Amino acid sequence: MSDLAVRTRGLTKRFGSQTVVDAIDLEVPDGAVYGFLGPNGSGKTTTIRMLLGLVAPSAGEVELFGADIPARAAEVLPTVGSLVEGPAFHPYLSGRSNLQRLDAADRTADPATARTRVDAALDRVGLLAAAGKRYRAYSLGMRQRLAIAAALLTPKDLLVLDEPTNGLDPQGTREVRQLVGSLAGDGTTVLVSSHLLAEVDQMCSHLGVMHVGRLVAQGSAAELRGHGVAEATVETEQPGEAARVMRELGLTDVRTTRTGATGTIGVVAPEKVVAACVHAGVGVTGFRVGRPTLEDVFVSLTGEGFDVSG
Amino acid sequence: MSAAEAPTAGAAGLGIRRPNATFSARFFRSELRLVFGRRRNQAGLAVLTAVPTFIAIAVKTTLSQPGQDAPDFFRSITDNGLFVALAALTIEMAFFLPLAVSVVAGDSVAGEANIGTLRYLLTVPVTRPRLLAVKYAGIVVGAFAATFVVTLVGMLLGLVLFGGGSMTLLSGTQIGFGAGLLRVLGAAAYLACGLSALGAVGLFASTLTEQPIGAMVATVLFSTTCYILDSIPQVSWLHPYLLTHHWLDFGDLLRDPIAWNNILAGLYLAAGYAIVFFAAAWSRFAGKDVTS
Repeated sequence: MSDLAVRTRGLTKRFGSQTVVDAIDLEVPDGAVYGFLGPNGSGKTTTIRMLLGLVAPSAGEVELFGADIPARAAEVLPTVGSLVEGPAFHPYLSGRSNLQRLDAADRTADPATARTRVDAALDRVGLLAAAGKRYRAYSLGMRQRLAIAAALLTPKDLLVLDEPTNGLDPQGTREVRQLVGSLAGDGTTVLVSSHLLAEVDQMCSHLGVMHVGRLVAQGSAAELRGHGVAEATVETEQPGEAARVMRELGLTDVRTTRTGATGTIGVVAPEKVVAACVHAGVGVTGFRVGRPTLEDVFVSLTGEGFDVSG
Repeated sequence: MSAAEAPTAGAAGLGIRRPNATFSARFFRSELRLVFGRRRNQAGLAVLTAVPTFIAIAVKTTLSQPGQDAPDFFRSITDNGLFVALAALTIEMAFFLPLAVSVVAGDSVAGEANIGTLRYLLTVPVTRPRLLAVKYAGIVVGAFAATFVVTLVGMLLGLVLFGGGSMTLLSGTQIGFGAGLLRVLGAAAYLACGLSALGAVGLFASTLTEQPIGAMVATVLFSTTCYILDSIPQVSWLHPYLLTHHWLDFGDLLRDPIAWNNILAGLYLAAGYAIVFFAAAWSRFAGKDVTS
């Protein structure tokens, strides 16, 4: 078994009578980019807070790099960069002063190189020019960048990023993606939570899906997509006829829509579907075979649209 | 860096980084910059200096000396300018200084929770005991700063407007200027200790809420309630335990010989309050879920 950067066992959090996180066994392999998915309110942020020792679990355990949290948080967290529920800084201090404060609080950081470290972090997210401005004057995108800079003050072995592209424009989103990519390339493990599937789809090697406090699926991105099987869709003016032909051919789970019919293709060769339809006099206007998108997988797991609260 | 650090760093594996062994005051200095760099606190200090300024000018511009019914220190101002500081402290201990300390203390943890910076400090990580210790140290420095700003401004204006020289104590004895100066500074330090104890109450209140204003109001209410209870004879059994009970006994330092009884009782009480409420803040904050 490969080493795990993050491991939880039976991790549970109850607030009063409500179980927000329900016995989850999270496993983030060392070096992975782990997409932590789930609708708003599914327990992602509470889980992340437990990983970082901010919230005490009601039951279960958390280990980061094999070290128990919160017992050994003081020696593990210095190597963990985090972004939890958006940026938070002192509004009347400049971006640079805010980073200096966080750097000063870090007992593992060398005071002699503080200035270099802070400026390098600001430069990395493109904020060096605005470093002297008060935080309150920052735009949402600049605030998000500052939070990422804060997470990268010292070299990290694990980055926990909760909705890192919130508030960023497309350009900024792409930059974050590239940043995550380059950090992962250096061997940093990344746990990135998001409700934006497309974003996660493009950068993650592993996925975990939360739904109403439970971890309903977890594994490598390829494994998870494999859960969805290929489907053939015939676009036609005669959906009923097309569906009949497809069933006869051996496609399963065939359903019709206003514009055509869709079925699980199984072992049937795709070209046969078109030929059979044409042969049966069905006017085919379009044909495609595809694996389900991550969104389809997601909906099949959680049984609901993505932005609906769990 | 140091030779002691090398083996630690070498032994630390992936995901482990141990704190530097050497003591660092960086976070504490950062805390002081935060407290004293804040405009609100700077404005508060300026307001505190208004009282000694007003007293000095008012006494100077009235033709006659303050009447025999005036409070102790006021009657002595024209004899020795140092008494301006003592008169100002007497007035400000009733409300302004406790208010100033309550603002800083109430803001300490709740302020960080309110804007969300608390979660980022804790994940740096700053351990929770260290956070409380640094926050309380900041409060204590704030309490001393506020008290001494009032005292120094009062002494300075007093000396300029009324002159110094030897000091006639409340007991009638005369002492030299240097000894008088020391006694005034001692009185200020004594009051700062009492205010630091109030700061511990504020620190505790600050761990209870994410609303700094709420913690500030609670702390002010605490000191005001102490004063009120202290003035109700029916609960005289309670008086020796009220934090504010011995505050105005600082005048005992201006007697000859110094009446230590009440001063020491006040210091013990302050130490007791500081310990009890710091411990309460700790027990409250140690396992608290930070969801802000």
